[in-house]
Amino acid sequence: MDVKSEILGRYNAKVFKNRKDHILRVTGTEGGVPEIAANTRAMPGIMTNRGCCYAGCKGVVVGPIRDAVTITHGPIGCGFYTWGTRRNKARAGEDGKNFIQYCFSTDMQESDIVFGGDKKLRQAIKEAVEIFHPQTVFICSTCPVGLIGDDIHAVAAEAEKLYGITCTAFSCEGYKGVSQSGGHHIANNGLMKRLIGSNDTPPETKYSVNLLGEYNIGGDGWEVERILRRIGYDVVSVFTGDGSVERISRSHMVNLNLVQCHRSINYVAEMMKTVYGVDWLKVNFIGLDAVCDSLRNIAEFFGDEDLKRRTEEVVAEEMAGIAEDMAFFKNKLEGRTAALFVGGSRSHHYQALLKNLGVSTVLAGYEFAHRDDYEGRDIIPEIKEDADSKNIEQLEVERDPKRYRAFLSPERYEELKASIGLENYRGMIRDMPDGSYVVDDLNHFETEQFSKLLRPDIFFSGIKDKYVLQKGGTLSRQLHSYDYSGPYAGFKGAVVFGRDLVMGLYAPAWNMVTPPWKKERPEKDSEKEGSSHA
Amino acid sequence: MLDLTPKTVTERGALRVNPCKTCQPVGALYAALGVHKCMPHSHGSQGCVSYHRTFLTRHFKEPAIAASSSFTEGASVFGGGPNLRTAVKNIFDIYNPDIIAVHTTCLSETIGDDLNSYILEMSLPDDKTVVHSNTPSYVGSHITGYANMLSGFIRYLADAHAAGNGKTAVFPGFVNPGDIREIKRMLELLGLSFIVFPDQSGVMDAPMTNTYQMYPEGGTTIDEIRALGGCARVLSLGRFSCEAPADALEKKCGVPYVSLPLPIGVAATDEFVMAAAGPDGSVPGELDDERGRLLDLMLDANPYFYNKTLAVFGDPDTVLGLTAFTLELGMKPKYVITGTPGDAFVRQARAVLDRFGIVDAKVKAAADLFELHQWIKNEPVDLLLGTSYGKQIAKAEDIPMVRAGFPVLDRYGHSYMPIVGYQGAMRLAELVANALMDRQDRDCADEDMDVVM
Repeated sequence: MDVKSEILGRYNAKVFKNRKDHILRVTGTEGGVPEIAANTRAMPGIMTNRGCCYAGCKGVVVGPIRDAVTITHGPIGCGFYTWGTRRNKARAGEDGKNFIQYCFSTDMQESDIVFGGDKKLRQAIKEAVEIFHPQTVFICSTCPVGLIGDDIHAVAAEAEKLYGITCTAFSCEGYKGVSQSGGHHIANNGLMKRLIGSNDTPPETKYSVNLLGEYNIGGDGWEVERILRRIGYDVVSVFTGDGSVERISRSHMVNLNLVQCHRSINYVAEMMKTVYGVDWLKVNFIGLDAVCDSLRNIAEFFGDEDLKRRTEEVVAEEMAGIAEDMAFFKNKLEGRTAALFVGGSRSHHYQALLKNLGVSTVLAGYEFAHRDDYEGRDIIPEIKEDADSKNIEQLEVERDPKRYRAFLSPERYEELKASIGLENYRGMIRDMPDGSYVVDDLNHFETEQFSKLLRPDIFFSGIKDKYVLQKGGTLSRQLHSYDYSGPYAGFKGAVVFGRDLVMGLYAPAWNMVTPPWKKERPEKDSEKEGSSHA
Repeated sequence: MLDLTPKTVTERGALRVNPCKTCQPVGALYAALGVHKCMPHSHGSQGCVSYHRTFLTRHFKEPAIAASSSFTEGASVFGGGPNLRTAVKNIFDIYNPDIIAVHTTCLSETIGDDLNSYILEMSLPDDKTVVHSNTPSYVGSHITGYANMLSGFIRYLADAHAAGNGKTAVFPGFVNPGDIREIKRMLELLGLSFIVFPDQSGVMDAPMTNTYQMYPEGGTTIDEIRALGGCARVLSLGRFSCEAPADALEKKCGVPYVSLPLPIGVAATDEFVMAAAGPDGSVPGELDDERGRLLDLMLDANPYFYNKTLAVFGDPDTVLGLTAFTLELGMKPKYVITGTPGDAFVRQARAVLDRFGIVDAKVKAAADLFELHQWIKNEPVDLLLGTSYGKQIAKAEDIPMVRAGFPVLDRYGHSYMPIVGYQGAMRLAELVANALMDRQDRDCADEDMDVVM
């Protein structure tokens, strides 16, 4: 019996029916990529790893913007859990504003639930403005706010008039959608409606880009920015790691959007294309071949020979700088296997880096992806809307006739679509080895079972799984927080990643877990006599 | 660090900044993990339990299991009954606990889901149990949620007709597994027959064996919770975390209780030992010796504690204990805060401070770390004693810090080590002395550096 059947066989009929389409074994993709169920409701009681809409909006996309005061409107928990816990690093800019270290909440009490919380929200904004003098205030709502019907958007509009600030509200109540994914979309919509396009300052050079879907966890965004700037690009804005309102407001002026995490940010990429004509390119700055390919594709987009030469120079220098370290780590890791279960695109991205280190993938899955993240964007027209996805606003945007600029000629655009995959994402499955498993919304039970049956040497997941796996004797590294290490992106990050894997796998403690009295004791010499082995 | 915090304190009525508490459900979840073969269950949208499991795992560096009713928009409108029924079936089918402990969230509370009737109407396998407690996130704090969940277990399970077992029930308070081990060790030394409820030792500090056990050996059993009704008495440790459940047990089963502070420091541990031993009981020599060693250490290191000022912050019972012990060490608590609301905290903290003649300390409940930081900017202290988020203030103001309480997210090993009892106090004294003495070494002139201190 294969591993999939063995695991599904343990489920009751309803769960079996629900889960069977979320698990597949890769058996060659030449005849087409197999279909997987994704972005559907998790069954109650299943112990999913998923979070909620608020987590996707405030926790992922809005939270890292450092110069805005983001007020969580709700009881204290939601705001508290997103306080300094996601490692999206940020430094204050010249304005000295860095609110990342702070947690702001309306800390709703019972009376606010009964009589409405909008008064308290108004007062909280007033206090935030008086104490912190922010230019921008974001409001993120939690479950009860939607239920009691506080009009946070009206409060935001009123605050803009009263204080002369930008105040944007996000209705990202936790119950909306089926995972964090709905929250990403709501955040994208808000940024598009309120920030992007509000400042027409042109970039320093025509080689201008935004880095979308890069949250600067462990400093990844800084490493990527370093490389891009070395080559000569102007990185106008990073969405949203170390992000600032000022940079995001002029992000529509670039000539190319680079999309790192496809899931969380593709909405902004698409909308910026429609409104401002900015092309987008899926990139991957995790894994050396992936980084080099991405850099070459970007240079190809701009089509400048100097830029291409400079790209090759930087690639050669950077690769030479890390070659020795990478060879050392690869030697220690060659032949190992890995399972990956992370949120959006990372389960795909890290397979590239693992390959560089000689580690093959036996299982990969996404926590909140949609079918296109697995199967590629070609299938988007096939995706059927369901009741849950209909609840997330699909923002209708139109071309801005004054500011729409196409960088490429229509012919060149078509050429690049074919050659560098402009405005396409081919999904994870195509890059996965035959015989490996793809699992959407992997739950606790399946994590345990797959770990036992596939015996990966390393299981990349999050904090909720980490010690489940470790207790079972499998090294688990968190790909959400990098276990407080990083960066893992770019060239320098690859070395840090290799070091961390070697550190984990070669920890002396692994060999000491079983006490000597529980190990098979060596036979006495007399009994050994006559044995044939030397 | 925290560069945008102004020195001038202004009145805030609505904006909470840098909280010193979290919400009820995480406390309920932790309480339920102290019951053997129990699956905690969050009746709300799935983000809550994702956060809570994450948070507890970060504190304990252990798996924290729990399931969710995974509310979507539909359930939020039409009620979460069907979600709970599906969840309970799936949990028993897939994860096979003996008991599911459901707690509510702000979502299910706001829509008014009636958990009592949902659970009553369920058909459950004969040997399986479901209990619940109401833990609205917009009331109290995680400490309230912990107390409410314990009361929930008692309401459902404690047997008013249980045969008298003569045992002492001990509710250990919102503490670490290391503390519970220490409390149990002391009870054993005292020769008591006892039930500790809840008991996260063995669960949230399970050993490394290369085998993951979803339900480790530890935890209060369902039978033990039933038998609480037949206990001779309850010692409830921590007025904020355990008095309400002790009261619930007394009301339901007539078991009298003694409400004690958490046994942190000399006097509180003495009080616990005396109460546990009872009027006729004797205290074994081992405890005399432990106590004697603690007092020895306190006198030895006294010069380094004397008149040092500090800020204590965290959960109410823990903060009261830490305040009392630092006073016993000869230190001067200057700021004593908790995020959990309630005037009782202020009264109790004042009473502790009064015993040592301290009248000018600032004491506040429903406070936050932003305000504490502002106070410190105006009048600094020598030491911070509290939870991990204090590290921002420690860095901003260059003040040494000792971590204690919940949560401690940025250190390893703390949850194995007690701060309760005489041994816990010795550990605390050593941590505090080391922090202060390291600072003295760091800051002194070369010619003032003493090798012997």
